[in-house]
Amino acid sequence: MRSVTFTLNGQPYQREVPDYKTLLHYLREDLGYTGTKEGCGAGECGACTVILNGKAVNSCLVLAAEIDGAAIETVEGEARADGSLTILQDAFDKHHAVQCGYCTGGMLMSAKDLLRRNAQPNRQEVIEGIEGNFCRCTGYEQIIEAILDAADSGAADEIARRDKEDTHA
Amino acid sequence: MLDQVPAAELQHVGKQTRRIDALEKITGDATYVSDMILPGMLYARVKTSPHARARIAYIDTAAAESMPGVRAVIIGKDLDLKLGLYVVDKDVLAREEVRHFGEAVAAVAADTLEIAQKAVEAIHVEYEELEPVLHPKDAIQEGAPLVHRDLGSYSYMEAAFTPQPGTNIANHTRLRKGDVEQGFAESHWIIEREYTNPSVQHVPMETHVAIVQWGRGDNVDIWSSAQSPFTLRNLFALTFQLPHRNVRVQVPYIGGGFGGKAGIGIEPLVALLSKRAGGRPVKLTATREEEFSLLPCRSQLTYNIKTGVSQDGKILAQEMTMYWDSGAYADYAVNVTRASGYSAGGPYEIPNAKVDAYTIYTNKPFGTAYRGFGHVEFFWGLERHMDLVAIAIGMDPVMFRLNNILKPGAQTLTGEEITAHTGDIETCIRTAAEKIGYGSLTADEQAHEQQTGRKIGKSVVALHKAPAMPPFTATAVILKMNEDGTVTANISLTDYGQGTYTAVAQMIAERLRMPMERVKIAFACDTDRDPYDWQTVASKGLLMSGNAAILAADDLLKNAYGDAGQVLRANVVDLDHDGEGIFIRHRPEQRVTFRQLAIGYAYPNGNGIGGPLVGVGRYIAQGLSHLDKETGQGNPALDWTFGSHGMIVSVDPETGEYDVLKVTSVFDAGRVINPDAFKGQAIGGMMQGLGTATVEGYIYDRKGHLLNPSFTDNKIPTSRDLPLEVEAIGVECPQLDGPYGARGIAEHSMISVAAALGNAIQHATGAQLTHMPVRYEDVWRALNRKEPVDNWITRSPFGSCKSNPNIGKYHCD
Repeated sequence: MRSVTFTLNGQPYQREVPDYKTLLHYLREDLGYTGTKEGCGAGECGACTVILNGKAVNSCLVLAAEIDGAAIETVEGEARADGSLTILQDAFDKHHAVQCGYCTGGMLMSAKDLLRRNAQPNRQEVIEGIEGNFCRCTGYEQIIEAILDAADSGAADEIARRDKEDTHA
Repeated sequence: MLDQVPAAELQHVGKQTRRIDALEKITGDATYVSDMILPGMLYARVKTSPHARARIAYIDTAAAESMPGVRAVIIGKDLDLKLGLYVVDKDVLAREEVRHFGEAVAAVAADTLEIAQKAVEAIHVEYEELEPVLHPKDAIQEGAPLVHRDLGSYSYMEAAFTPQPGTNIANHTRLRKGDVEQGFAESHWIIEREYTNPSVQHVPMETHVAIVQWGRGDNVDIWSSAQSPFTLRNLFALTFQLPHRNVRVQVPYIGGGFGGKAGIGIEPLVALLSKRAGGRPVKLTATREEEFSLLPCRSQLTYNIKTGVSQDGKILAQEMTMYWDSGAYADYAVNVTRASGYSAGGPYEIPNAKVDAYTIYTNKPFGTAYRGFGHVEFFWGLERHMDLVAIAIGMDPVMFRLNNILKPGAQTLTGEEITAHTGDIETCIRTAAEKIGYGSLTADEQAHEQQTGRKIGKSVVALHKAPAMPPFTATAVILKMNEDGTVTANISLTDYGQGTYTAVAQMIAERLRMPMERVKIAFACDTDRDPYDWQTVASKGLLMSGNAAILAADDLLKNAYGDAGQVLRANVVDLDHDGEGIFIRHRPEQRVTFRQLAIGYAYPNGNGIGGPLVGVGRYIAQGLSHLDKETGQGNPALDWTFGSHGMIVSVDPETGEYDVLKVTSVFDAGRVINPDAFKGQAIGGMMQGLGTATVEGYIYDRKGHLLNPSFTDNKIPTSRDLPLEVEAIGVECPQLDGPYGARGIAEHSMISVAAALGNAIQHATGAQLTHMPVRYEDVWRALNRKEPVDNWITRSPFGSCKSNPNIGKYHCD
């Protein structure tokens, strides 16, 4: 066991974590954050994508023991407590960028990571931004359209604004 | 029903509508079985066979059983339970013999997944390896090893299937129409060729997962990522000889299925572990590797087509022989064979036809339903063949198709007559051709060729499919009005992403004239609470559950109108309704609200009438029949959905590398209920079809080891593989018995995509491809007429990359 402190979607945690457990399993089984999914457990499919210290990572390739001092973002941190969606989430809804929903949490994290780095990505940049996230249902087209629409609707500004609020909080 | 209602009169049907399940999925709130942890739950792991065919000499479980935290260990020898959808041929755990790589031989339940894994590793299995039979054409040779020596003793569905004891043939579907010999005799050209494709994986993002609790009194609770809760319950109850009332199946959100979760899978094994562990709930989650080999795949197919054509380009006769590789168990493959057999000729009129479709056991992971139910596989051959025939007889491939399509008055292979309402294949083909600029290159395309040295090819392919289902397939919807006038529908068709629930909600909102926000479809299915639905397969859900939902809404309204007539002291025929309530048409100020009627109407003095408002809608397929076992004649089709893809590719004639520049997919949906969901199904399926067309496939060594059970070695399309331009277009020739005229399109989007690719590459470069997937190196080999390197089954005589450029030798004129 190892003692770690971290924030998850802005909430502080201090926990003892087992040495062998991946961040993915720790989030899902110990903390109950099941919006992050396991698709392969081998870093291939991207269903487990979370944002770790500002970078999108496959949480199946990170050990929970490594997260001391880290800031972790998962899909559960996106919508506000009152249920209102982010611009990015609303665009996923509007464009039917969701079918079975299993890749969606990871896909949203990769899209958020992209928009933090690039507020106005073009189509090719969006394609590259989500290339590590498999979606077997949609064929990607409506996901790409949703991310482009979200970028045009100020999603990057909203992410920056909320980052600032979190820093001040 | 309601097929002739003009679009202008509709508020919800056909309009842009958001998915009713989107919020839960984009917030992470939606709970899948893989997310569930029950109190006291144990974790299971499975010991699998490293051999394709071997005798199990002995299994030593002592070390595993003595591990702290291990609560149950089971092996096949202790069990005497056979499973099977159509042929009851599969042991829950292998007993004397393993029949495919990855087959389960032992299973463990333990306090944690880590303990279960250690226990499985501690189980020692001694095998005596046997020579496997790997290719279906080898398996039907005289003296081939028998995958099932006891085939003659298995029970099977006799109305539809014909296992042949003493052979590896699990089923032989026959179809005879007209006089095929006479047709060939009258033909000006006869062209024959063979087309092949390997097995592939469905790759739902959520692997198979089940939790089972075998409770006291043999009451069994099952939570499963399953497409068809009632079929799962039925097969489970039959297998364990339990009353159906004892078995409860619950299905929450499902992370994709594509047919691979249609029947019964790991649930019986998990149930046995729970029973052995004293009734504690046990969870088994398939690893991705197990998804490839423990669980079923799509069958390999070898398809031989011989076509006789008249001088004016009419198909006169066609002989079609299919060798379906079932793998080790029959599962759905026998029914894939049956369904493919009766539509093997495609959307074309073939006056004289002969089909022999065989389902053949081999020592490989077994085949099951997969989006398209055989049609993706055989349309690869069929639509490649249509182009090859057209080119051979000197006719434009699109003209050749239009010359032979099923038109009103024509008969399908089974003798069913096509009417004006069956669907419009001609408009689908013509639209696809127009949208890709078929037949010429634009200035931009010519410039592309000059600048890159590449060649552009354009192709148009056709497709059709009817639901493969029992002729008496049925479903029901129960609609309940809540206290506030909102409604909740119970339905056990599952929605694992395809969007049917949203479409059904749109239809209910339309009938009740309510805003969408007031209609809920209960998402988690529960066989204890929901009315029966056969299965969520075959693209029949929209039509059948849509009809049942309309009937349920009308039934609820009938009850509401009856109560309102009393309250308003009016004749029911003079009543009408809006989203708020029911009123007298000629005195609209006299009304009673749904809220007042929802749980029974109460007069001011407390007297009550009516009762809670519910509506029941039942629907059963009508007029369908079993097919004659000798001739294949009969009426199997609930509806035919026709479609077409147009594709533009750019190919490097030196290297064989190619890019797909554009795909236009056109389907006669009857009526598009939800345009965005239609687009998602069309493009999503097209991309899954491109995966099959370009890269996916199981690779075995000569001993039958699966060499690529992972995403590292078995790629699926990523966002980078999306063609530069994709579009989906709905043609709307209403289905008279479809809800608002609608038909399903979920499987159809995947069909014929591979052939579109093969044909476009041929048009660009002349490369003649008869095996899919079409990798760059296959194009290069076809262009250079090299012998194929067959790495699908090493040294098998019938493998991938075969390309025979010498079509002329098949000419008989």
